[in-house]
Amino acid sequence: MTAAQWLLLVAWAGLTLYVLFAGADFGGGFWDLLAGGDVKGMPQRRLIEHSIGPVWEANHVWLIFVIVMFWTGFPAVFASVASTMYIPLTLVAFGIIARGAAFAFRKASTELWQQRLFGAAFALSSVLTPFFLGTVAGGVASGRVPLGIARGDLVASWLNPTSVLAGLLAVGTTAYLAAAYLTADARRQGQDDLAEAFRRRALVTGAVTGAVALGGIAVLRADAPRLFAGLTGRALPIVVVSALAGLVSLVLLVQRRYVAVRATAALAVAAVVWGWAVAQYPYLLLPDATVAKTAADPAVLRATLAVLAVGTLLLVPSLLWLFSLFQREHTVAAHDQADGPAPSGHPAA
Amino acid sequence: MPELLTVAATPADLYAARVQMAFSLGWHIVIACFGVGMPALTVFAEWRGRRTGDPDYLRLAHQWAKAMGVLFAVGAVSGTILSFEMGLLWPGLMATYGQVLGLPFAMEGFAFFIEAIFLGIYLYAWDRLPPRQHVLSGLPVCVAGIASAFFVVSANAWMNQPRGFDLHAGTVTRVNPWAAMFNPATPPQTVHMILAAFMVAGYGIASVYAVAMLRGRRDRYHRLGFLVPFTAAAALTPVQIVVGDWAAKFLATNQPVKLAAIEGLTQTRAYAPLSLGGVYVDGELRYAVQIPNALSILAHWRPDALILGLDQVAPADRPPVNPVHLGFQLMVGIGFALLALALWFALAWWRRRDLPRSPWFLRFAAATGVAAAVALEAGWVVTEVGRQPWIVWGVQRTADAVNPAPGLVTGLVAVLAVYTVLTVATVYVLNRMRTRPVTAPQERGAQEHVP
Repeated sequence: MTAAQWLLLVAWAGLTLYVLFAGADFGGGFWDLLAGGDVKGMPQRRLIEHSIGPVWEANHVWLIFVIVMFWTGFPAVFASVASTMYIPLTLVAFGIIARGAAFAFRKASTELWQQRLFGAAFALSSVLTPFFLGTVAGGVASGRVPLGIARGDLVASWLNPTSVLAGLLAVGTTAYLAAAYLTADARRQGQDDLAEAFRRRALVTGAVTGAVALGGIAVLRADAPRLFAGLTGRALPIVVVSALAGLVSLVLLVQRRYVAVRATAALAVAAVVWGWAVAQYPYLLLPDATVAKTAADPAVLRATLAVLAVGTLLLVPSLLWLFSLFQREHTVAAHDQADGPAPSGHPAA
Repeated sequence: MPELLTVAATPADLYAARVQMAFSLGWHIVIACFGVGMPALTVFAEWRGRRTGDPDYLRLAHQWAKAMGVLFAVGAVSGTILSFEMGLLWPGLMATYGQVLGLPFAMEGFAFFIEAIFLGIYLYAWDRLPPRQHVLSGLPVCVAGIASAFFVVSANAWMNQPRGFDLHAGTVTRVNPWAAMFNPATPPQTVHMILAAFMVAGYGIASVYAVAMLRGRRDRYHRLGFLVPFTAAAALTPVQIVVGDWAAKFLATNQPVKLAAIEGLTQTRAYAPLSLGGVYVDGELRYAVQIPNALSILAHWRPDALILGLDQVAPADRPPVNPVHLGFQLMVGIGFALLALALWFALAWWRRRDLPRSPWFLRFAAATGVAAAVALEAGWVVTEVGRQPWIVWGVQRTADAVNPAPGLVTGLVAVLAVYTVLTVATVYVLNRMRTRPVTAPQERGAQEHVP
């Protein structure tokens, strides 16, 4: 494998992790939006906040990681996508601001109207951000972003059947992942009614998203024939894996095997991301911008891979500690204590 | 490879792109300074508190950690926007030079990752980890914050001193990303910026407690809340002035056009004077107070040293003088004012182990937070505007890097609106936090709603 292929592989792994982790955080916002009134929705919002609070910033960094990998490793591709997709990416940027800030602000506010306002901003942007990210992916996958600065259509590149399909799939995926992950979180905290509620939602969103994905094949056939050929050709095994993992997840959800469903749900979603990559390889941008043609200088690729290797050695143990710290010890007692009255209240500055 | 040079759709679009970048960067760096400087102060307070059992130190640590949680979230998202804008606004830069300046950003990605992970642990595991482990979990946040600043500023330094590549017909070849990262401007710029971050954070926090003390809250908690960050920032102030001198001397040899703009020096000459104040009109600096020979002496230690004026380059290659000149004057003026305040404080502490008695001390101290932030912004104006009309100094013009898509003006208006809301909300939330009971950071959910 060439250094460029390695870098692409690593960037795509980063994208997968962003979809799986940050995607679930976005989905948390989706369910926050639909949780209902202040009183009825509070236990759900609590659970969501509890699950994503310590990890969302770390999960969000995967996006920056992917952006930097592309601009370093495939600078012309990055510039082409960013300049043509100026409009949806600006909206994504706004969504990221609104979501991150509002989440932190809601956490820090006490009054109901503030929590409502920041909560609404958090929840709405959690739905819109993945949608617009999906439209960008759809535009690239359907060959609407040519190599060159702002060479694609500034509107039709992201407002087209494949983009809308990808946007909807992105929202559905985040909602499904979040619901599937939250079942286990709820049960671990002893909130069986919430676990049941999220189980139902995971079943519904899983079925709906799966149906949209299947129906989307017809859309791709008409709108993105090269992608369609790739998905039904070389990438077919991965597409089948995704479908099977999706089905197994639904069965596991029916059986309330919530920990196992995490793995299969993640596999179903990751397979979509990799199916796209395999279907489109070796073209980063259609019709002819290949990996080899757009890759950066070999010295840059090697230096970046070296940095990645060293960085990973620091990162992996840190990430594992973060996740393990907040996955274990999350007993009912700890939860009650954490949410109970503060042991020491002081008047502040 | 298709043509990757660009031309803005309209001149207004180029201007809008520049304003948008300047605004979102200027916004982010203030927050980022707290991200760099505040963890060290917070961990120090917690360490003192845990060691001595002093409740006031622990209370400060709680309070600061809470504010840090909000500031870090806002800094994380406003920093993400910048990485988007590199491509959205400046695709011509990224298409050609993304690979040259990418390496420090890749490292910054990891530093930011480590920072986010350990900040998550530090804030949320306050009561879950043994005290010693908890204090230690804050240290990676401090180190990663400083490392992030180093990496990002080294990329900016490359834009001032581009190295590590050959240019052939618009494409870069023979890229050496390490030479690009460790370019000659990296040492002075990174040191100057990291010190500035600690000063902004230190003076910023201290000024909050100075206001509280002026309002009569002079208990030990408020005194410590003032003393810890103020002492740190005051101790760094003289160091920063020496480093700033180093950075300016560096310009004299490595980026003389910027120094000429800083001084409003039109003609190349020996025995160059130092100009204080004044306005640059029609090719000359008017109404300035001039100190004879001082610029030549400051730059090269000799009165007869030749200082290159703006006439060293064609008029089209000169930066706008007034913002650079006045920005520099403002930054240096504030720097010396802060030094005077720091000396006053040191004198009082040396003689009486106490703050100066005069109420004016606290009044001035209350203004240091804003003053330090203004100096920071002024310094960035000097660096960035002083590099114009180049985005990569001497290599690529800003006008050749901008996104040619129409509608950048609309984007600017939207960005200004979003940041206005973000600013109001951030200030509001931080202010509310100041007046509310302190609890363990982030552990508790917001107050229950009782129907």
